[in-house]
Amino acid sequence: MSEMRRVTAICNGTVIDHIPAGHALQVIRMLRIDTNRSNPVSLVMNVPSDKMGRKDVLKIEDLELSQEELDRLALISPHASVAIIRNYGVAEKRVVELADELVNVASCTFSNCITQNPREPLPQKLRLVSREPLEVRCYYCGRGQDLNEIIENIL
Amino acid sequence: MSDVVTMDDLSNEEILSILDDSERLVPVAKGEVHLPLLEGKVLANMFYENSTRTRMSFETAMKRLGGSVLNFSSTGTSVAKGETLFDTMQMVDGYADIAVIRHPRQGAAQYSADAIGIPILNAGDGAGNHPTQTMLDLFTIREAHGTLEGLNVVLVGDLRYGRTVHSLSHALTRFGAKLTLVSPETLRMPDEIVTDLRSSGSEISETTELSDVIPEADVIYMTRIQKERFPDEDEYTKVAGIYMLNATDMDGSKDGMIVMHPLPRVGELHPSLDSTKNARYFQQAFNGVPTRMALLCRSLGVKIPKKVKK
Repeated sequence: MSEMRRVTAICNGTVIDHIPAGHALQVIRMLRIDTNRSNPVSLVMNVPSDKMGRKDVLKIEDLELSQEELDRLALISPHASVAIIRNYGVAEKRVVELADELVNVASCTFSNCITQNPREPLPQKLRLVSREPLEVRCYYCGRGQDLNEIIENIL
Repeated sequence: MSDVVTMDDLSNEEILSILDDSERLVPVAKGEVHLPLLEGKVLANMFYENSTRTRMSFETAMKRLGGSVLNFSSTGTSVAKGETLFDTMQMVDGYADIAVIRHPRQGAAQYSADAIGIPILNAGDGAGNHPTQTMLDLFTIREAHGTLEGLNVVLVGDLRYGRTVHSLSHALTRFGAKLTLVSPETLRMPDEIVTDLRSSGSEISETTELSDVIPEADVIYMTRIQKERFPDEDEYTKVAGIYMLNATDMDGSKDGMIVMHPLPRVGELHPSLDSTKNARYFQQAFNGVPTRMALLCRSLGVKIPKKVKK
């Protein structure tokens, strides 16, 4: 638990533990915590972990992650542990599970995909082809994209 | 589901059963037998891109079975005014019992299938899939060789943008075919597809030389280098006309080897080939009628009689 003392406990919010080492910044981008939000965020990188050797930890104040946001997290960090903190205590533990279909998480990267017309109303959908290694394809056109492309095209 | 968007929508058993149905429907497709199985049904032919054979063979298929056809093209309609595919398809849902769609954008057929309730048959989405063409191709191959299994099929030309070869290669490997892919470097089969084909356990080889592989082929499937899919004309000019077959190229080929082409051709097949026993492309174009009849019936839940009497 020594690494948890590197930053102070939070009163309310979300703690994401067991993020693969070095990937916390990707998680921040994926959850869009870096834009349009003013929540205080504490980030711990490359700390020792019994389970993973090294890991990253994120503490986000005054924000409880929704299931939809957890779906995004699962792309980078399928084994992360998420705790919802209320009044300095763990109020809920949330399970991070990589869904077979990612709806409105990221847009397709292919310039000729039908979903490129912003006026088309059906949701963006990515289909999970393989968990390890991660392989995701557009449900409509079949174009594959890697994690970096997903992060670039996050909705 | 009764949609056919990619060949994955059909199991191997279903493919074989549709081919059997198609075979029984040949006399109906030729107009020798009257069999109004689809009387009262309406097909919407939604063509956002040019088509000759696909559109006409669907129309003939529907009409020979007693149904009627609404023909749509994107010019001169509300699409030209900027209507979304979603909205246009809502209208089709109300006007027709089944829709065939061809669209320049990839994924348009799956999108349409999700947007509305009537069955959708994909007649080509960008460089994506063209499963009804694959069904008529499989029908033609089985008609010539009596089986789909264990054949050596050579796919030639534009393997990058050619949607017919994308759908066909997937289907052939499911039946244990060996594929030889012949294309210029710039028009190679997309890596994603080659990976998929290899992961199915099939033997796949790639080359740029057509003449080397003719002697071992059971089927040579030629395709047109599609000018309209090239972003710039110089790139097109570099590879146009790179593969051509004429009657003398057939010397030394295996007995029973057939030459196929989804057509139109623009020079890949010399007219001298037309009168050889190898040429099957015009028969292949006709085969679009019985196979599309069988697909229309399947999607509309109409059983084809076990015996079709002359």
